[in-house]
Amino acid sequence: MKLTIIAYGIARDILGSNSIEYEIEDSVSHENLLENLKKTYPDFNKLTSLMIAINSEYAKKGQMISENDEVVLIPPVSGG
Amino acid sequence: MIVITDNELETHRIIASVEDDAAGAIDVFIGTVRNKTSDKTVTRLEYESYDTMAIREIQKIVDTAITKWPIKKVTVHHRKGILKIGDAAVVIAVSTPHRKESFEACQFIIDNLKKTVPIWKKEVFDDGEIWASSHP
Repeated sequence: MKLTIIAYGIARDILGSNSIEYEIEDSVSHENLLENLKKTYPDFNKLTSLMIAINSEYAKKGQMISENDEVVLIPPVSGG
Repeated sequence: MIVITDNELETHRIIASVEDDAAGAIDVFIGTVRNKTSDKTVTRLEYESYDTMAIREIQKIVDTAITKWPIKKVTVHHRKGILKIGDAAVVIAVSTPHRKESFEACQFIIDNLKKTVPIWKKEVFDDGEIWASSHP
């Protein structure tokens, strides 16, 4: 399936774009997606943390991703 | 009330929004833009936010605070976009019957906001820029 992945902050800088189309197997957990992304974009490995949000919530352990989900990369937050 | 905005934060209106006849205390936290990070001179900050999720995450923190302290009213406003030295980046106001609870609740909200809410700060220096907290 083709996922649209949105990125903010330094994750956007690493992707080189606000959002990318990313081809991945149909049934994939967010952990698998992160592993794949870290291979495609090795600079993600240098970050303090990198999480995935699915439909505006932090992904839970083992949560699967579907094609129409809003998938957002969350690098270390620094609000306040 | 929770707001994320490009506009300058209006501290007085935020404080007024938590006034309550049953409150004996209003505690206010204002996070402002400092002119230095470590020993580097900051020229400006750039904040960005994943708004829908940021509002949800702030709401979760506020909901937890309401279970822990007898909060009458609470307002959280966070700024985004380009901020200059001295600007308010975040204003949190909490009203409670007594002062101790308002101090504690306000501190709880800002401490947790910094941990979980998807807002990012880029520090711009004379000679470069860096996303805060991004690297170990």
